[in-house]
Amino acid sequence: MKINNVILRTVTKLVFFIILTLAVYLFFAGHNSPGGGFSGGLVLASALVLLFIVFDIETIQKGLPIDFKLVAAFGALLSVGTGFGALVFGENFLTQAFDYFNIPFFGKTELTTVTIFEGGVALVVVGVVVTILLSISEDE
Amino acid sequence: METLVTILAGVLVTVATYLLLSKSLIRVIIGTAILTHAGHLLIMTLAKLKTGTVPIVGEGNPVDPLPQALILTSIVIGFAVTAVSLVLAYRTYQELGTDKLDKLRGDPDE
Amino acid sequence: MSTIVLAIFIPFFAAAIIPFLYKYVKNIHVGWFAILVPTALFLYLASLIPTISSGDVIVQTMNWIPSYGINLTAYLDGLSLTLALLISGVGALVILYSIYYLSSREALGSFYTYLMLFMGAMLGVVMADNMLVLYVFWELTSISSFLLIAFWYQRKRSREGAKKSLIITVSGGISMLVGFIMVGSMANTWSIREVIADVGTINEHVLFIPAMLLVLLGAFTKSAQFPFHIWLPDAMEAPTPVSAYLHSATMVKAGIYLVARFTPVFGGEAVWFWAVTGVGIFTLFWGSFNAVRQTDLKALLAYSTISQLGMIMSMFGMGSAALYLGYSTESVIYTGSTFAALFHLVNHSTFKGALFMIVGIVDHSVGTRDIRRLGGLITLMPVTFTVATIGSMSMAGLPPFNGFLSKEMFFISTLDISEASFFGLGSWGILIPVIAWVASVFTFVYSTVFVVKTFLGPYKEEKLEHPAHEPKPGMLVSPIILGLLVIAFFFVPNMVGKHLITPAMGGIFPTFAAEGADLGQHIHAWHGFTPELVMTIGVILFGVLLFLTRKYWAGVYSLFPEKRSINTFYGFMLNQIEEKSTLITNKYMTRYLRDYMVYIFTFFILGIGGTFIFTGAYKFTLPENASISNFEWLIVLAMMAAGITVLFAKSRLTAIVLNSILGFGIAILFVLFRAPDLALTQMIIEAVTTVLFLVAYYFLPELDKEDTRKKTKNINLFISIGVGVVFTAVALGVQGNRAFETISSFYENSYELAGGNNMVNAILGDFRAFDTMLEVIVLLIAGIGVYTFIRVRTKKESDQIEDK
Repeated sequence: MKINNVILRTVTKLVFFIILTLAVYLFFAGHNSPGGGFSGGLVLASALVLLFIVFDIETIQKGLPIDFKLVAAFGALLSVGTGFGALVFGENFLTQAFDYFNIPFFGKTELTTVTIFEGGVALVVVGVVVTILLSISEDE
Repeated sequence: METLVTILAGVLVTVATYLLLSKSLIRVIIGTAILTHAGHLLIMTLAKLKTGTVPIVGEGNPVDPLPQALILTSIVIGFAVTAVSLVLAYRTYQELGTDKLDKLRGDPDE
Repeated sequence: MSTIVLAIFIPFFAAAIIPFLYKYVKNIHVGWFAILVPTALFLYLASLIPTISSGDVIVQTMNWIPSYGINLTAYLDGLSLTLALLISGVGALVILYSIYYLSSREALGSFYTYLMLFMGAMLGVVMADNMLVLYVFWELTSISSFLLIAFWYQRKRSREGAKKSLIITVSGGISMLVGFIMVGSMANTWSIREVIADVGTINEHVLFIPAMLLVLLGAFTKSAQFPFHIWLPDAMEAPTPVSAYLHSATMVKAGIYLVARFTPVFGGEAVWFWAVTGVGIFTLFWGSFNAVRQTDLKALLAYSTISQLGMIMSMFGMGSAALYLGYSTESVIYTGSTFAALFHLVNHSTFKGALFMIVGIVDHSVGTRDIRRLGGLITLMPVTFTVATIGSMSMAGLPPFNGFLSKEMFFISTLDISEASFFGLGSWGILIPVIAWVASVFTFVYSTVFVVKTFLGPYKEEKLEHPAHEPKPGMLVSPIILGLLVIAFFFVPNMVGKHLITPAMGGIFPTFAAEGADLGQHIHAWHGFTPELVMTIGVILFGVLLFLTRKYWAGVYSLFPEKRSINTFYGFMLNQIEEKSTLITNKYMTRYLRDYMVYIFTFFILGIGGTFIFTGAYKFTLPENASISNFEWLIVLAMMAAGITVLFAKSRLTAIVLNSILGFGIAILFVLFRAPDLALTQMIIEAVTTVLFLVAYYFLPELDKEDTRKKTKNINLFISIGVGVVFTAVALGVQGNRAFETISSFYENSYELAGGNNMVNAILGDFRAFDTMLEVIVLLIAGIGVYTFIRVRTKKESDQIEDK
């Protein structure tokens, strides 16, 4: 099923990157203002869903050959892994750590393990949402 | 405001219950989605509404952040539940040719 | 240092490793790895004998659930050590035997894994000091026994036998747990040692007798005491090494261990004395009486085991009388019974283990265990015959074998107790030695049957599957070792008596030990022409007589036909329970979702609504309502309208659009309620959900009019409104009465505690990260679920490997 809708396609190509930027922004902003792993992941997923709707699935999968199941599994591994990381340092499971560093160009920056954990969450959200929609729509 | 939102949640629960009691699988699924909404509203109102600012440090006296965290989790899980039940419904329809629950009783000896 | 706790866990570690060894090390029989575990454990435990025999006990604790006082305390005294040595020692011999017994085509990986599981669990049972830990290990032995009985799960009889043993032993285990909980609540501790220490404070408690009976129920089911003995003959479907190990040498002794362990708590009560002695002595008789009629060698040994377990049980019962009398020079005489019980416990494991292995060898060699087909094997299997004779004569209580010593001591105990005058023994006491003697005559008869029918008489090769021959030497090693022990224990009985049993006695009679009583006994083979020797001679004479006249009195057994047996009753009960519960279940399980929903919602209305009214929780004070602006009125009313309209939606597209209105409406409410994170997430989710519905609609049929009857519709409406009203009422009630302070203020320090300004995000990522992690995993499972629903289609045909 191919729909030749030039305006929609052109706009999507442009908007996709804007949404993508928003997703990344939301993900990192989550620590101190609204956003975070869930919202970031969902926005990213919705950007992908938009692509899949506007272009057909085959085209997108050719340009973006990612197995989203693996993305989800990797995300879960990352989230659980940060939990075990705390064990290595003798802390309780899933204890998060944070500290402030002076990084050139960024200035005083806070680095925290929550970001890794949230990264995992975001990857799971993206992976699962896209997997679900793709599985359903690819079924003949 | 709390009373009004609680009543809204009550109305949604009534609607959801009625949908859950119907024969069509799709109605049942929509029922679960509406029930989720009602649950979110309930959790929200239990912590009192509009008692402060957004729950971000430095914005003043914040509202209760705990229900928000609970609901955030629930929203995402709600999506997963809807997705799984939708797929279950459509696979059932594909295999058995009906989405009417009263026809899906199966064989008692199976 | 918790080396003893470690000893319990080593078999479990081994159980985890064995499947891999089995899979990857092909050219070495996996049993050779498995045998290392019990051998090492045996050597280690044996090295502790000097410590224990000097009267010390070893206590080591490893915390498990310290907040509930449940810890893994390993407690090693003489009693535990005796049992532990049996478990590891017989375990090593059985594994050695099984290496030759089981062909390499069998699922050896599973076999040794289960065996190791059992070994660890059994060590746990005998060493645990905490009652709840003991219970956990106890049930684990039942489960591993179940797995081992069903090892040849293709056979229907194996499966049935496994099921039966599991049902009986686990139900006994649960009643034992209830008993433990009662004891624990009375004594306010889970530690058996502490319970024993302050037994004086609990024995007046109203729950004392019920707790005792429940604990005994656990012991009786496990040790196959009448009338729960019926599972043991059926358990003989297990491979013979398992029968030798679990169902004669170790697991069935767990019940006896329990009785011994709890004697200091419950002993001294008349109920305990009569329950343990009475059940034991009757089981002794019933087992030996029934063993004579068996035609299957393994069934014969199973009944013999039941009978011997009854004998040990009754000796513990008689020994407990000493505790009733309190410490004095007269009462110490009764402790001799307990001493004999412990001694026989060890002896029984040696000769019965050997006999089971002999049956396995015969079965392996000629392909049958039916005594009607066997005979004349003496010339063809001389070594097997020799060991079988040693075992049988010991079982029958003849010299020069260890069974003679413990049998004599048993007779002495019964005579002593029959002369006592407490517990109403004056009138009934004389029955005990009489029944014991009659049972011993039958024991002599079946022991003779075992040897004579198998090895003497004519050799009937045409009735056998294979011609008889001695087995591989490796298979004979274990029975020969056990046979030698049988003889060795006769000549040097005091080695066992002094180093293992005397310290064990101290644990069973702590009050006596505190008084400095000499609980040890010197075991003599010869003590003149005493009444017990006369009894033994009588047993031999009558035994021979009964054996020779067997076919004249065999008619007695027709008085106990199969259709009136406990076994039939058990089967009947099980069937009835299954049938009746199916009948009842089918009454309400209509397989129609609406009906189930009706049950749930009706319960909700009646249960929650009822509680709400009857507890008087309906105080609707509506304090400090936040203000409502016009805009908010608009949103809420629109949402209500959208919600109600969903019910009347004709097409599914309308329904989903209305659902979206609700979703976005809530997103707006979230904005108003100062929840930016929620609003953001809700909005995106709503968009994605709509896409999801639309995609799924491609495959789903259009909504059609609900063809429900008017009456059903009214009921549905009534229930829905009921649920809505109860929900609203409860919600308003809760808001009006805050029961305790909010905990949220803790999270408001998110910047100091978690380094983030966004409190919601700090809760998700840091404070309650565990919840979020699990949620993510749920999400992953949902994703995989959807994928598999669609991609993985079931295969219709499945392999049938089970017979009927």
